Amino acid sequence: MIESLFSDADALLLARIQFAFTVAFHIIFPAFTIGIASYLAVLEGLFLKTRNPVYQKLFRFWLKIFAVAFGMGVVSGIVMSYQFGTNWAVFSDKAGPVIGPLMGYEVLTAFFLEAGFLGVMLFGMNRVGERLHYFATLMVAIGTAISAFWILSVNSWMQTPAGFAMNDVGQYVVEDWLTVIFNPSFPYRLAHMLLAAYLTTAFVVGGVGAWHLLRDRSNAAARKMFSMAMWMALLVAPLQVFVGDLHGLNTQEHQPAKVAAMEGHFQSEARAPLYLFGLPNEETAEVDYALKIPGLASVILKHDINAEVTGLDAFPRDEWPPVTIVFWAFRIMVGLGLLMVVIGLWAGIQRARGKLYQSSWLHKSALLMAPSGFVAVIAGWIVTEVGRQPWVIYGLLRTSDAASPIAAEGVGGSLLAFIVVYFLVFGAGTVYILRKMASDPEQVHIPDYAKPKAAGMAAERLMHEED
Amino acid sequence: MDYALIWAILIAVAVFAYVALDGFDLGVAMLFPWFKKEEDRDIMMNTVAPVWDGNETWLVLGGGGLLAVFPLAYAVLMPALYMPVIAMLLGLIFRGVAFEYRFKTKTSKHLWDLSFILGSLVAALSQGIMLGAMLQGIKVVDRSYAGGWFDWLSWFSVFCGVAVVIGYALLGSTWLVMKTEGQLQQKSYQLAFRFALGLVACIAFVSLYLPWRDAAIADRWFSFPASLWLWILPVVLGLVTFGLLRALKKERHVSPYLWSLGLFLVAFLGFAVSIFPYLVPRAITLWEAAAPDNSLIFLLVGAVILLPIIFAYTGYTYWVFRGKTRADAGYHD
Repeated sequence: MIESLFSDADALLLARIQFAFTVAFHIIFPAFTIGIASYLAVLEGLFLKTRNPVYQKLFRFWLKIFAVAFGMGVVSGIVMSYQFGTNWAVFSDKAGPVIGPLMGYEVLTAFFLEAGFLGVMLFGMNRVGERLHYFATLMVAIGTAISAFWILSVNSWMQTPAGFAMNDVGQYVVEDWLTVIFNPSFPYRLAHMLLAAYLTTAFVVGGVGAWHLLRDRSNAAARKMFSMAMWMALLVAPLQVFVGDLHGLNTQEHQPAKVAAMEGHFQSEARAPLYLFGLPNEETAEVDYALKIPGLASVILKHDINAEVTGLDAFPRDEWPPVTIVFWAFRIMVGLGLLMVVIGLWAGIQRARGKLYQSSWLHKSALLMAPSGFVAVIAGWIVTEVGRQPWVIYGLLRTSDAASPIAAEGVGGSLLAFIVVYFLVFGAGTVYILRKMASDPEQVHIPDYAKPKAAGMAAERLMHEED
Repeated sequence: MDYALIWAILIAVAVFAYVALDGFDLGVAMLFPWFKKEEDRDIMMNTVAPVWDGNETWLVLGGGGLLAVFPLAYAVLMPALYMPVIAMLLGLIFRGVAFEYRFKTKTSKHLWDLSFILGSLVAALSQGIMLGAMLQGIKVVDRSYAGGWFDWLSWFSVFCGVAVVIGYALLGSTWLVMKTEGQLQQKSYQLAFRFALGLVACIAFVSLYLPWRDAAIADRWFSFPASLWLWILPVVLGLVTFGLLRALKKERHVSPYLWSLGLFLVAFLGFAVSIFPYLVPRAITLWEAAAPDNSLIFLLVGAVILLPIIFAYTGYTYWVFRGKTRADAGYHD
C-alpha cells in the first residue's frame, strides 16, 4: 500500500466515482453511435435502392456528426480498457480469466472492424465505388452492434455470474463458455440496451429534424429525417417498454434486492404497492410522502395482485444497495420511456391526419425530447449498477474488496484530471456536433463516388514514384 | 502445448503492431512544430486520418489482451505505472479528438493543433517511461504492487521516454517521406536523418548501460553459449542503421519507413530478450501471470482465425489510401 493521508475508504469511494464518471461519459457515445451507424446504413442503402438524393444528403449530414461522436467514443473507450487495471487491480486479477477473453473478442470482432472500415466510410467516397463504400458502412454498423454484444455479456456476467469455478489462487475460472457468455441476464440486457441506443438516436434525429422544421416546414431533408425518427419512436418505444418489463422480471428473479430498491419496498408484503413518488428513508426503512397504488407492484412483478413481493428486509443490512439513488434513477428512466411512447403515438396520430409536418407543438416537444435518450440511458445504467451494490460480481466479490492498492491522492488526482479534460474536450466536441446539427441538411456537400479508373491511376503513379 | 508462451508471443506481436502503426501517427503529430504552414499541416493530418483509429485499436488489444491472458501482470503493472498510464490516456484523448475538431473551427484551429502535438508528445513520452520503468523492475508482494508512488520515475525511465519520442518522430518523418511530395517531403528527409541518428544513439546507450547496471541482464547477454547468437542483434542493428541512412540519402520513398521499422524491431527484440521470461520484470514470469489454460485456448481460437482477417482488411484500408496524400484528401468542407 502506498503511503497516504487518507483512509482506504476514501480511496475506494474516489475509485468508484472515477469509474462511474468515466463510464457514464463513455456510454453516451456508444449509445449514440450504435444507433447512428445503423441509421447511416439504412440511409445509404435507401439511396442506392431509390436514388432519391434526399437520402444521400441525410447520409452526408449524419456522417459528419457520427465521425465526431465516434472519435469521442474511441478515446473515452480506451480509458475504460485500462481503468480496470489502474483502479480495480484485485478485480482484474480475479475476474480477468472470465471477462478478459470476452473483451478480447470484443476487440478482435468489433473494434478492429469498426476502425478498419471507418476510414473508408469517412474518407473513401472518392476512392472506392459505391458498393464497396456501402459495404464499409455496413461493417461499421455491424461492428458497433457486435461490440455491444460482448461488453454487455461481460457486464451481465458480473450481474448474474454463471458457468465458473474458483481456482486455488482465488481466480474465477470458466467451466463452460456458453454459459458464461449467455448468462441469465444477458439476453434481456442486450435487447434493452440495443433498443435504448436506437431510441436515443431516433430522438436525436427527430429533435434535429424538428428544429429544422420549426425554421422551414418545407425543408425536404428535415421532413424525411423527422418522419423516419417518428416511425422509430412509434414502433420501438412501446417495444422497449415491453422488453424493459421482461428485463425487470429477470432482475426480480436473480437480483431481488435491486428490484426492492427500485420499487422502494423495504418490507416484504403481499399486495405490494407501486410507489409513483416518495422519498425512501433508509433509516426508518419507510417511504416518506409516498404516493402509491396498492397492489400494483404485485401485479407488475408477479402478475398476481395477491402475490408476495420480496422487500429489502429479506436481506442483511450490509447487502442493501443505496435505495434513494436506485429508486429515483428508475423513475427518471421509466418516466422518459413513457414520454417517448407518448411522442411516438402523438406523431402517429398527426401523420394519420396528414399534419406531421405542420404541428409545431409536436415539433417543439420533439425538440425538447432530443436529449431524452441520453438521460434515460444513464439513469438506466445507474439503476442497474448502483442497484447491484455492494457487489462488483454479484454475490461473490464485494466492490470494497476489488480495488487497487492505490492511495486516495492518486485516485483523486486522476479523477480531477479526467473531470477537467472530459468537460473541456467533450464539451468542445458537443459544441461542434450541435453546430453541425444546426446547419441546413439541404445544403450539405456531396463528393463524387470514385470511378474505377481513377483508383488504378493512383496505383500506377505509386509504382513510378518508387524506384 | 505451452499456451502461455504462445500468448506472450502474440501479445508481443500486438504491441509491436501498435508501435509500428500508432508510432508513425503519433510521430506525424509531433512533427507539427517543424511545419508551420496550415496547408502542410492539413496534408500531414490527412495522411493518417483514415487509419489512426485502427492503429490505436492495437493498444486496446494490448490492454484487453493482457487482462484476458495475463490478468495478474495487468493487475500489477497498471497500479505500478499508474501515473504514466493516466497521462498516456489523457494525451491520447487530446490528440484523438483533434482529427475531427481541427476541421470544425477556424478560430481555435491552432488550439487543436496544440492539443494534437502535446497530446501525442505526452502519450509517446509516457509509453517510453513505462518501458523504462519495466526495465528497472517492479516491486511485488503477494500478488499486488508493493512499490511507491514514484518508483516509475528515474532519469533512466525519462531517458527511455525521450528515446521513444525520438523514435516515433523518426517513424512519423519516414511516413511523411512515403505519403507526401515536394517541399514537405524534402523537409521530412532532413528530419528523418536527424531522428535516425538520435534514435540509434539512444538504443546504443541503453544497450550498454543496462548490462552494466543490471547483472541479470548482463548475464543474459554475455554468458556463453547464448551470447553467440544474441550478439547477432547488435550486428543487425548496425546493418539496419546503415540501410536506413543510405535510403534517406538516396531519397527513396517507401524503404526509409520500412528500415525505421527494422530499427524498432531490433530494439524491441532486445527488450524482449532482456526481460524474458518475466512479464513484470524480476517479479512475475509469463507462466505465473497466465490465466488458466481454458481461458488462453478460448481466446486463442479467436485470435488465430480473426487476426489474419484483421490484417487483411487493415491492409485493404491502407491499399485504398495508398499513394501520395494531396491537399484535397479530407472530407471536410
